[in-house]
Amino acid sequence: MPNNEIIFEGKNLVKEFGHGKTLCTALKGMNFQIKEGEIVTLVGGSACGKSVLAKHMLGFLLPTKGEFLYRGKKITNQRDHWQDVQPIFQDPFSAFNQFYTIREQLEDSFNVFYKKPSKAEVKKRVDDALLAVNVQPSELEGKFPFELSGGQMQRMLLARIFALKPKVLIADEATSMVDACVRANILDYLMKLKEELNMTIIFITHDIGLAYYVSDRIFIVDDGQIIEQGTPDEVALTPKTAVTRHLLDDIPDIHKPWIVRKGHAQ
Amino acid sequence: MKILKNLLKEPTFVFGSGLFLLTIGLAIFGPYIFTINTESVNLPYQNPGAGLILGADHLGRDMLSMLISGLKNSLFVGFMAGTIATTLGTLLGVYAGYKGGILDDIINMVTNLVLVIPSFVVLLLISASLEEGRSLQLIALIIGLTTWTWTTRSVRAQTSSLKSSEHINLARVNGASTFTILTKHILPYLLSYIFMVFIIQVASGILQEASISMLGLGPYDSISLGNIMNDAMKNEALGDGVWWAFIPASMLITSIVFSLYTLNTSMEGVFNPALRK
Repeated sequence: MPNNEIIFEGKNLVKEFGHGKTLCTALKGMNFQIKEGEIVTLVGGSACGKSVLAKHMLGFLLPTKGEFLYRGKKITNQRDHWQDVQPIFQDPFSAFNQFYTIREQLEDSFNVFYKKPSKAEVKKRVDDALLAVNVQPSELEGKFPFELSGGQMQRMLLARIFALKPKVLIADEATSMVDACVRANILDYLMKLKEELNMTIIFITHDIGLAYYVSDRIFIVDDGQIIEQGTPDEVALTPKTAVTRHLLDDIPDIHKPWIVRKGHAQ
Repeated sequence: MKILKNLLKEPTFVFGSGLFLLTIGLAIFGPYIFTINTESVNLPYQNPGAGLILGADHLGRDMLSMLISGLKNSLFVGFMAGTIATTLGTLLGVYAGYKGGILDDIINMVTNLVLVIPSFVVLLLISASLEEGRSLQLIALIIGLTTWTWTTRSVRAQTSSLKSSEHINLARVNGASTFTILTKHILPYLLSYIFMVFIIQVASGILQEASISMLGLGPYDSISLGNIMNDAMKNEALGDGVWWAFIPASMLITSIVFSLYTLNTSMEGVFNPALRK
């Protein structure tokens, strides 16, 4: 996995909103590198800046100071960027337009590509993607977003990724609303897709337990800075900062013995 | 369909739409039911009686004929002014609200400027300066061009709150152009709201036309409800007790505007479920 191309690089990345008295610094000088094929999880509490960082990765925001590079270049054309980098959004309820059917919107996703696949191929890829998230394509026929539950809509967002097969995935709380069984399935499938495409995945979560399970590296984000980065074991077993210890303490007990046991085994 | 069913359950909607259809029906089907003749063939201020249901005006013209043609013209001015104001306001509001930045600032500044200038005064000044050629279309255009501001402001506010919704971001990463986002992903959400604004704009267009016509600055050479009122005022109808010269016209204006406002309020209850009782 190492020796791969650097996908994202932040050099003293600063993002400010507003000015004067209302100035709010969301990112306070972040330095990091994410390599191709890596799975990196950003962990942090609410309002720590992880979603703002995710918006930089998607090309929605540009840094105020410092540099943010994608494959060594600044992001200038959003559409170019989205050929490779695609998101799963946090709030599935507002993620779809309620005036069009889910199917239509999933097929519309292919509009992002400069070279759009043929209609039949789009249909097939959407069908396959739906099966991958345990939804029968026929069940979804003529369904509008408001007819689905939160978990189902989240699966639709995942299906979108499975259909588009991007090179980089930014998943903001991607599995927060699905049940544990489906979550395991989805993660397994994501891992399979990752192997197949050498996909880079950035997970964003406040659940360090999930981060431990899936990531190659974990970034602990707090107050606009990456205060700790390392492999899951480094972060979980030898936390260097109080914030990390706090996050570790907050893991529901059901995860804990597992981490400790694995820690002992090493 | 479901919305229509919900609307029909609302008594205020049934009442408002009934009253409105009745007035529109009078304008459309009136000429087929009554013989329309706006020539001076009767005595000045002839009393209502057989063959002359609502009497005659100061020039001996049949009042009912005058009312039906006036109603048609007033509705025309109202709808044209409402269409202009709603279209202009919606386009500017949606664009400013979605694009943001300097363009938003400019549109906002212009809107606020036009907003603080009392539109009725502008309407009066423009009308007064045009001695000749004050046609119905021109009056409607002037009304439309002075009343779009509220639409712009409210549509802009709605758009900028929608803009942060995640489905807009999804549309963007789906490669949708600004035009597609505005038409496919923002306008449908605002449609019910814009429709309600349109109704109010039509009502206020009718009212504004009636107001300036009443002051004698209305459309030249055409009959409108406001012109009928102006004629009655100029020719001492009130002093002479000629009630048929102004009461039917004012009743018509009141009922159209009242029906439109009732429609608007009833729709608000259906389109915005939070307000439902």
